Amino acid sequence: MNEETADELSLEPERYELQSELAERWRQAKQEFFDVGGDGIIVVYGLEEVSARTESEGRRGGPGRSLPQEIGVWLQVRDDGQVIGYTGKVEFGQNIRTSLIHIIADELPVPPDSIQLVMGDTDLSPFDGGTTGSRSTPVVAPQMRRVAAAARELLRDLAVRQGLSVLATDGTWTASVLANLTRGQRLFKCVGEDVVTKPPAEWRSAEQPTNTLSRRALVTGQHHYTSDLKRPGMRYGKVLRAPSRNARRTALDTSAAAAMPGVTVVHDEDFIGVVATDDLTAARALAAIQANWEPLDGQPSTNEIFDYLLQHPGEIPVNGTPVPYTEGVIAEGLAAAEQVLESRYTVAYIAHAPLEPRAAVAEITGKDESQTLTVWTGTQRPFGVRAELALALGMTEDRIRVIVPDTGSGYGGKHIGDAAIETARLARGAGGAVKLVWTREEEFTHAYFRPAGVIDIHSGIDANGTLTAWEHHNYNSGSSAIRTLYRVPHQHIEFHSAQSPLRQGSYRALAATANHFARETHMDELAHIAQSDPLAFRLQRLDDTRLRDVLEAAAERFGWGTATPSPGHGFGIAGGHEKGSYVATCAEVAVDPENGKVTVVRAVTAFECGAIHHADNVRNQVDGAVLMGLGGALFEQVEFENGQIQNPCFSQYRVPRFSDVPILETVLLDRKHLPSVGAGETPIVAIAPAIGNAIFAATGVRLRSLPLAPHGVR
Amino acid sequence: MTRITELNVNNTRYPANADAERTLLSVLRDDLELTGAKYGCGEARCGACIVLIDGQRTPSCITPVGDAVGKQVTTIEGLEQNGTLHPVQEAFLEFGAMQCGYCTPGMIMASVALLQDNPNPDEAEIRNALETNLCRCGAYPRIVAAVRRAAERMSESVEGQAA
Repeated sequence: MNEETADELSLEPERYELQSELAERWRQAKQEFFDVGGDGIIVVYGLEEVSARTESEGRRGGPGRSLPQEIGVWLQVRDDGQVIGYTGKVEFGQNIRTSLIHIIADELPVPPDSIQLVMGDTDLSPFDGGTTGSRSTPVVAPQMRRVAAAARELLRDLAVRQGLSVLATDGTWTASVLANLTRGQRLFKCVGEDVVTKPPAEWRSAEQPTNTLSRRALVTGQHHYTSDLKRPGMRYGKVLRAPSRNARRTALDTSAAAAMPGVTVVHDEDFIGVVATDDLTAARALAAIQANWEPLDGQPSTNEIFDYLLQHPGEIPVNGTPVPYTEGVIAEGLAAAEQVLESRYTVAYIAHAPLEPRAAVAEITGKDESQTLTVWTGTQRPFGVRAELALALGMTEDRIRVIVPDTGSGYGGKHIGDAAIETARLARGAGGAVKLVWTREEEFTHAYFRPAGVIDIHSGIDANGTLTAWEHHNYNSGSSAIRTLYRVPHQHIEFHSAQSPLRQGSYRALAATANHFARETHMDELAHIAQSDPLAFRLQRLDDTRLRDVLEAAAERFGWGTATPSPGHGFGIAGGHEKGSYVATCAEVAVDPENGKVTVVRAVTAFECGAIHHADNVRNQVDGAVLMGLGGALFEQVEFENGQIQNPCFSQYRVPRFSDVPILETVLLDRKHLPSVGAGETPIVAIAPAIGNAIFAATGVRLRSLPLAPHGVR
Repeated sequence: MTRITELNVNNTRYPANADAERTLLSVLRDDLELTGAKYGCGEARCGACIVLIDGQRTPSCITPVGDAVGKQVTTIEGLEQNGTLHPVQEAFLEFGAMQCGYCTPGMIMASVALLQDNPNPDEAEIRNALETNLCRCGAYPRIVAAVRRAAERMSESVEGQAA
């Protein structure tokens, strides 16, 4: 290509920018993108507004510190032919990395293995509120598709101008062609929603199996999780913990620890920790610290928790507490009923127990004003954790970089930066680089839990079996999926916050699990009263065709209504929706007549999340959600007494194992005409009520508490 | 305190200088930078740290490194031979038998140990052998399928060699 053409093309971005008012603000930012990314083509997805901005008002840090926050994703075709996508989302095992790579591969098109994806790096990634709430697929995937489609058009323009025949025989751009096309270019484009992308029928990568892409390192042990990282001169940290919640430290002597060779004691406000050259020395130093603690007495225990939550309402008003939902007049609905049913349901605190514990590596470089902090940590909110670090350490955000390596799962448990902050304190106190990996006991005692809760449902049916009233009160567990899709003229639905004695927070699907458990168990109870088949009872009261479809699909595959349970076995069904997707599960259980032990024999789940990007990936998420839900359904619960967790290890806190796995079958309903939504959460909500309803069918015993049968059905 | 000076891992003699009471897991990961074996529980209840010592499945998180001196330690990093994955590794990839992958090295090492003892396990035997290996993501069904496939491949390979 001659000089003249290059000059002409370099004017191109200005024209593109002028096509859109939105793009005007990027004019100044353009230089920053090329400084970070190098020459080639850069396409950014511009946002009209940034709702997540409240999380972080600070500037970015490091080389990308001036990148604007008002972008969704960005994509680069570098002048060496490398295609790089940038997103603030993170990879926790949900395989969004592969999904996004496939999307880029589809749109450009290029071979998937020629694409890199930069995720969760606060210096390079677009600002992001967090990888939470099943938003990666509905929000980020379409953005990535659009920037890739826009890049394709830019490449085509370049090719036409250069008179090149560009596509390989399989229709994809090769790296060498991309390099030739983009050499010496600085093409910049900002796009919005109006980019035309390929129709779903042309998504070729959706049918391919997922797994050789970026996963080879997982089977060879070469992938580096946070806990695997090593920095030059790095040392190992431990944190002094109180022996029970809310205990107050009354005496401290760290002299013996400080005297140990290679040990640094870090005393930072209330924080006490040690740093040593290896983990055993750090553990010995921690044990050498003499501390006295005064426990706080009178904290509730496992068997008192539900009364406690009912008797300790949260402060009013709580930010974000939804207003009660009402329809009709509940008293009229109850008066019109021939039979009313009042039931109380409870759910226990449960732990995420991700197999990779919370961990961080923190490195301090420079001194005083020029001091900078880099933290590698497995968090679902890299930008949020950067803000937490800034606040905790009194540093400005532009001197902090958070990098999230692909992480050993989280399930909602790694939203906050506890381990990151502790590690940063250790690094600041001891200097250099420090790694902290929480022990399993610390995981069970210092992480937050899925909230415990109480749900009261008061309903009525008339002589025809019509639902006349539905009153649903959820105490503490949460308001997700609290509304019912069943046809009821008189409703009152309300969430009540409470003062949780244990630390609680997000867990996969939030309270949708608890609210579905209560609602779908209650529907089963009503069906029994009405002497109706549980599936027919539901379908007769449902207008929502998407929920009807998954219920019918699960029932058909399961053989509902045609199969007959063996003696001691029972069938149960439950369904629901959350975050735009729909799920139904049919379960078969066997209950041992001798000891009441419950075995889930078979679980059939039908799931619909709009257009499916990658069926194999969705199946993996559905299976995983159902199995995780099985643990919370049958046996998982955090036990506690007076501020102490009593089962803080895997030998005492039971999670699903190989022997718990039923025959799992998944029916995916692919709705290409509907927008794609996330699949990682909603499939968890139906398994618990399906199992509970199956236990009732097998034994006549109605269980209304999660876990249902930690010690068998009595 | 006793210190170790050498560790034999994956047919390589690694010089070492570590307190013999440290766990094998810690020395492999922090000193030798073989980070495939993972910490998950510290009580041999999750299987993430499984390595082989003289071919025997061993939870490295509760094994003092001193106990491994003079023995052959095999970690996940030692399975690949000349760029070729072990059949169990291949099968895990083929079946997508992981989500986050953190349990995967332990699952694979435990499976390799199983197939050494029982080259043709049925599904119940696989589940039983892996019962103390936890996968919180719930990839269990795919893992069982992957181990079955690996067993088939390995027996075909043995038959091929015999012929």
